[in-house]
Amino acid sequence: MAEHESGSSLFRFATAGSVDDGKSTLVGRLLHDSKAILADQLDAITRASAARGFGGGDRIDFALLTDGLRAEREQGITIDVAYRYFATDRRSFILADCPGHVQYTRNMVTGATTADAVVVLIDVRKGVLEQTRRHLSVVQLLRVPHLIVAVNKVDLVDYDEDTFRGVETQVLSVAAELGIDDARVIPVSALEGDNVVERSVRTPWYDGPALLQLLETLSVIDEAEDLLAPFRLPVQSVIRPQGALAPGLDPDEFRDYRAYAGQVASGSIRVGDTVTVLPGGASTVVTGIDTAGASLERAIAPQSIALRLADDLDVARGHVIVAGDRQPVPSQDLRASLFWLDPRPVTAGTRVLVKYGTATVQAVVRELDGRHNLDTLALEPADRLEINDIGQAQLRLASALPLQEYAVHRRSGAFVVIHPQDGATLAAGTVIAAGA
Amino acid sequence: MSISLPTTTAGRVASDEGARVSSAGDEVSTRDDRSSRRYSTSSTASALDALENEAIHIIREVVAEFERPVMLFSGGKDSVVMLHLAAKAFWPARIPFPVLHVDTGHNFPEVIAFRDATVERLGLRLEVARVQDYIDDGRLAERADGTRNPLQTLPLLDGIQAGKHDAVFGGGRRDEDKARAKERILSLRDEFGQWDPRNQRPELWNLYNGRHTPGQHVRAFPISNWAELDVWRYIEREGIRLPGLYYAHEREVYRRDGMWRAVGPVSQPRLDETVERRLVRYRTVGDMSCTGAVESDAVDVAAVVREVAASTITERGATRADDRISEAGMEDRKKDGYF
Repeated sequence: MAEHESGSSLFRFATAGSVDDGKSTLVGRLLHDSKAILADQLDAITRASAARGFGGGDRIDFALLTDGLRAEREQGITIDVAYRYFATDRRSFILADCPGHVQYTRNMVTGATTADAVVVLIDVRKGVLEQTRRHLSVVQLLRVPHLIVAVNKVDLVDYDEDTFRGVETQVLSVAAELGIDDARVIPVSALEGDNVVERSVRTPWYDGPALLQLLETLSVIDEAEDLLAPFRLPVQSVIRPQGALAPGLDPDEFRDYRAYAGQVASGSIRVGDTVTVLPGGASTVVTGIDTAGASLERAIAPQSIALRLADDLDVARGHVIVAGDRQPVPSQDLRASLFWLDPRPVTAGTRVLVKYGTATVQAVVRELDGRHNLDTLALEPADRLEINDIGQAQLRLASALPLQEYAVHRRSGAFVVIHPQDGATLAAGTVIAAGA
Repeated sequence: MSISLPTTTAGRVASDEGARVSSAGDEVSTRDDRSSRRYSTSSTASALDALENEAIHIIREVVAEFERPVMLFSGGKDSVVMLHLAAKAFWPARIPFPVLHVDTGHNFPEVIAFRDATVERLGLRLEVARVQDYIDDGRLAERADGTRNPLQTLPLLDGIQAGKHDAVFGGGRRDEDKARAKERILSLRDEFGQWDPRNQRPELWNLYNGRHTPGQHVRAFPISNWAELDVWRYIEREGIRLPGLYYAHEREVYRRDGMWRAVGPVSQPRLDETVERRLVRYRTVGDMSCTGAVESDAVDVAAVVREVAASTITERGATRADDRISEAGMEDRKKDGYF
């Protein structure tokens, strides 16, 4: 099989929408028409559709494919993010299907942090709603690389070009206001399958790709970003097999084996390269890169590796092994965006835990800089962030961490905020800048 | 440095030098034998690499953040793949945790033999929770339909408690079932092992939050994002050994509920069911009383990969009677503390 341009074959995307805009139907249609739904699953939902009196004739309620929990089926709602898997000849896809009506920030943030693209649904008859603006705001604040807006239900306006163009203009203008420069707008009918997997003959005025064609060809921006950013390996653990060597290996050969296990967050490294361990700052040389199957000459993000070093330095879980000259200076202070996901609000003075890479440290929210108006993204004064609010804050950490800016590299600039007592995940955080 | 990975056969292990992102090479052309469907549920070498890197990262995170992890191991293909990933994650050190098997007493003898041989080869400690013990002393009652899958939950929870395990690795995959599709990679369970789908922690980037309070534990699913075909392609790529009944073999079977059931101590044909000798294989290996075989001539891993790529029925739909009970069979079991 030929490698396509981006060099990757795993593409992660999230879908988001408002109530009744047909998102579950779109997801079901995408899975069905890309042949990811097998006969027994189709049988099951066909029977369930008939039992619920859906449509008529051979119509299938595709929402039943994704709304898998009993309460979801009974109430006709979607409770939580569902993950779906399908593949074409060009790519394998992981789809995070995010419900839109309740807890939309919480659900969408969960789905979008790992996404290469977000597909936002709009009902062509309703155009851009308040919730659409909010979805786009989250896409922008999380720096999701690609935005696709699927303008659904074009069958209900008789495939009228003018109606679609009106909504398209609206979408592009809101996207521009929010600072999103990569937005694609597609007219679709999830129910009828127009422009979902293949271009529809019923929209001859639309000359862009169908949704699936677009998903197959969008670049994986993270990969390019991974390679451009300097080498970073958050240390997960130290591998020292003495006394507990895997059976079948020669104890003499591994007597002094010591390596630092982690997943390369960004950049690449070669045997012989000089590296620095942060936050301490000691430097040494890479003597080996191991994966269980092989010793490598070079490793790149996002490989999971074990790194051997020339000198016995103080390296432990939570440290970061870096290379290159554009490395952040460890800092105890930072300014960050917070996506607040817990019912208990945050105010200045709230004590929390921050998990950044493989380090978990105590922290205090020193000051709230404000809350984003999610219609305009403007930062407005606020003395607290409630659940589903997105704001900015100054944090002070109990120990210095080598903070990377989220604008430079998504995964290296991200952290989670954890409740110090009950361990709940309180917020998603992104580093705006290190320093007080 | 010479490298040998205990869970692989002598054949091919990943041995490419340098970065692996586009290391597909000539392997793909032989593996990529597609059915006539335009879209297939396929994955290529670099998608497998991405899944492997993610799984190893998850396994290492859990081992680093928990005191007493344990890995569920049945000898089934998903748990074999998960154990293989664990061996890779800590190589050249031994896997730093024990494995736990919930034995229904209805397991295929060859799978139990495979389980024991694997544990022995990797130098691991095996903990076994036996459903039979619970039935013998009356803590559990045999069900009218003879199926023991739903009976596994109590021995599992007791086994977790007896080992004081705060993290339990499971080989669950989100593509298996609609309820599993909603589960996080790290899934918090209360002291009754219950899963609350309405109250799950957001899972952000690759930053897993394993904090828990006394009495709670966490289920960790490192191969959440793998589809059945990914598992098989990985087994092929890594040369991973499996119990023989995953490959086509002749067996005495009879037809029930639209699947082929093996004749054995816990699965006897009724008078109106005819026993035949057929070439079959198992797509899942579970409780003999409710796991069916499929007709197949796939005698080796390459043939299985081709067969799975072309299959029009899901593995659970084809082989698990218990998942046919209701639309929400798996959800109900999970809420009660099942895997």
